[in-house]
Amino acid sequence: MQEIKNYTINFGPQHPAAHGVLRLVLEMDGETVMRADPHIGLLHRGTEKLAESKPFNQSIGYMDRLDYVSMMCNEHAYVRAIEKLLGVEAPPRARYIRTLFDEITRILNHLMWIGSNGLDLGAMAVFLYAFREREELMDCYEAVSGARMHATYYRPGGVYRDLPDKMPQYRESRWHKGKDLTQRNAWREGSMLDFLDAFTADFPHKVDEYETLLTDNRIWKQRTVGIGVVSPEQALAWGMSGPMLRGSGVEWDLRKKQPYAMYDQMDFDIPVGVQGDCYDRYLVRVEEMRQSNRIIRQCVSWLRANPGLVMIENYKVAPPKREEMKESMEALIHHFKLFTEGYCVPEGETYCAVEAPKGEFGCYLISDGANKPFRVKLRAPSFAHLASMNEIVRGHMLPDVVAMIGTYDVVFGEVDR
Amino acid sequence: MSADTATLAQRISARLGDKIAGVHEWRGETTIEVLPENWLAVARTLRDDADLHFEQLVDVCGIDYLSYGQVEWDTTDVTSTGFSRGVEGEGAGRFDWAERPRIGPGHKRFAVAVQLLSIAHNARVCMRCHAQDDSLPLVPSLTGLWSAADWFEREAFDLFGIVFDGHPDLRRILTDYGFVGHPFRKDFPLIGNVEVRYDEVQQRVIYEPVTSVEPRVLVPRVIRHDSRYVQAQAEAAAAIPAQK
Repeated sequence: MQEIKNYTINFGPQHPAAHGVLRLVLEMDGETVMRADPHIGLLHRGTEKLAESKPFNQSIGYMDRLDYVSMMCNEHAYVRAIEKLLGVEAPPRARYIRTLFDEITRILNHLMWIGSNGLDLGAMAVFLYAFREREELMDCYEAVSGARMHATYYRPGGVYRDLPDKMPQYRESRWHKGKDLTQRNAWREGSMLDFLDAFTADFPHKVDEYETLLTDNRIWKQRTVGIGVVSPEQALAWGMSGPMLRGSGVEWDLRKKQPYAMYDQMDFDIPVGVQGDCYDRYLVRVEEMRQSNRIIRQCVSWLRANPGLVMIENYKVAPPKREEMKESMEALIHHFKLFTEGYCVPEGETYCAVEAPKGEFGCYLISDGANKPFRVKLRAPSFAHLASMNEIVRGHMLPDVVAMIGTYDVVFGEVDR
Repeated sequence: MSADTATLAQRISARLGDKIAGVHEWRGETTIEVLPENWLAVARTLRDDADLHFEQLVDVCGIDYLSYGQVEWDTTDVTSTGFSRGVEGEGAGRFDWAERPRIGPGHKRFAVAVQLLSIAHNARVCMRCHAQDDSLPLVPSLTGLWSAADWFEREAFDLFGIVFDGHPDLRRILTDYGFVGHPFRKDFPLIGNVEVRYDEVQQRVIYEPVTSVEPRVLVPRVIRHDSRYVQAQAEAAAAIPAQK
């Protein structure tokens, strides 16, 4: 009998299921994967080195571009590290707004995930459903910061500005007019909080729709149940976090265990998986969307009742109001110094982490007392997850590799930094 | 959580005693200084001891302490040259590959900081060590204790040239195939060493020294010691490092 040797195939970097620029060198024995060697770095931009060459505030925008489907969570980790070294704390309203937008971001991320992972595994329709709601939430990003994705909204000491009183509306066009237009603008008559109220009242039904498409879908279950099983021991050893860790049955969520922003005031549950396979991680993420929805509702009702500052009034860190600058020399000087030189952060080092949608996103910040960071290390959850690829995928079939890349929820902006 | 970490620092110094060079606590964060020769032993105790039980390695961070605390703008003296004060300096944005500073044997430039997380006790600790030799910064690898260390150490090797002794597969990870140098070192130019373009004559992509960008710095690096930072300094002084 002829002896058949293992052969090597290249998966990516130009593969639609590689979620960006993952190059995977797979050693195959027939259809079975014997070894997987992910080659990453094709999107390496040296964010951390760039951050060392700029005043602290100018790097916030880079953080959006790391995990570019959960933008504000990245900003949150970086901003929190600066705040910790400076010894300042954002006002309560700003912290509620951060909590609100962290959860909006989590839904945004999970919608992207459910859509693209469905697409990878052959479920076309979910993608279209998920993007419908993503668009609504992107509008919240835009309403508050002017940008749909790369917001640069969180600042050390608070957030850039308060929530808008008016939600932007659709304009009349050749395609949308009359009754259709009124219907599209129905949620957008009031403020952003009114819009979010309407959205969150409706969103659980939308999640039901995704579940109708997937949860009991025979093909979906065949592709995910029992695939990519991660034992709790493996999950801990590989430094996994977020839904990857919870899918394996470890109840760990930084929002509960090491609360930041206003999470200690929030009432929500942590979903946990049992089997640790792709299907359980799917269930965990779907439930997280429902829980995020709950948190958003709680934030909205608090934010309605409690107007207040969204930025500290320490003008060495946060810029003064523009009206004030017209009259006060002091304010003008503060503004000038802040936007030319920035602020100096006291010497020290800190590690601050947030529960980003993909897992623990951390920022290790070392300052030598200058107006620029001495070293910024960004700990990306997907980086740790992808490192375990070889061990988890070994022995699986080639199509399961696609299921596994999907369930890792990798985004190369943060893996490669 | 701060009450927990107070006892955490005590627990660590009680358990590890002479193996560690110092425990430092600041705003609820615990940092342990370790010598490279004790690196593995300390890590093993931190992972396996029932009272500590740091089962997760969260992050490995390479650090290059060259030019730490150096400024490009003198704030203590007045100069007669006025606005030109900011143009001098050694920052990575100020030189290209050919003019990069050649550093002589220095003093423990490279360090590694490891973040550990204990899920059982809900605690974090940062473990640091300085590599002794700058020409060959050598630190024992933690891959045998936590699988997660694999890629994080490859990253620190790639970006800083820190060699992890005992790592099974210490290849470059983030930079290009065939890359020269360690880009996150402070003497590596910000504009990089090579750029790629498609060459019409040779009909292929070629690498050549960077010419399309000039080294430049928009905002000079400045350290100020004014009233704003008095409180922070006092606070740092109050948190006396609990030496052993």
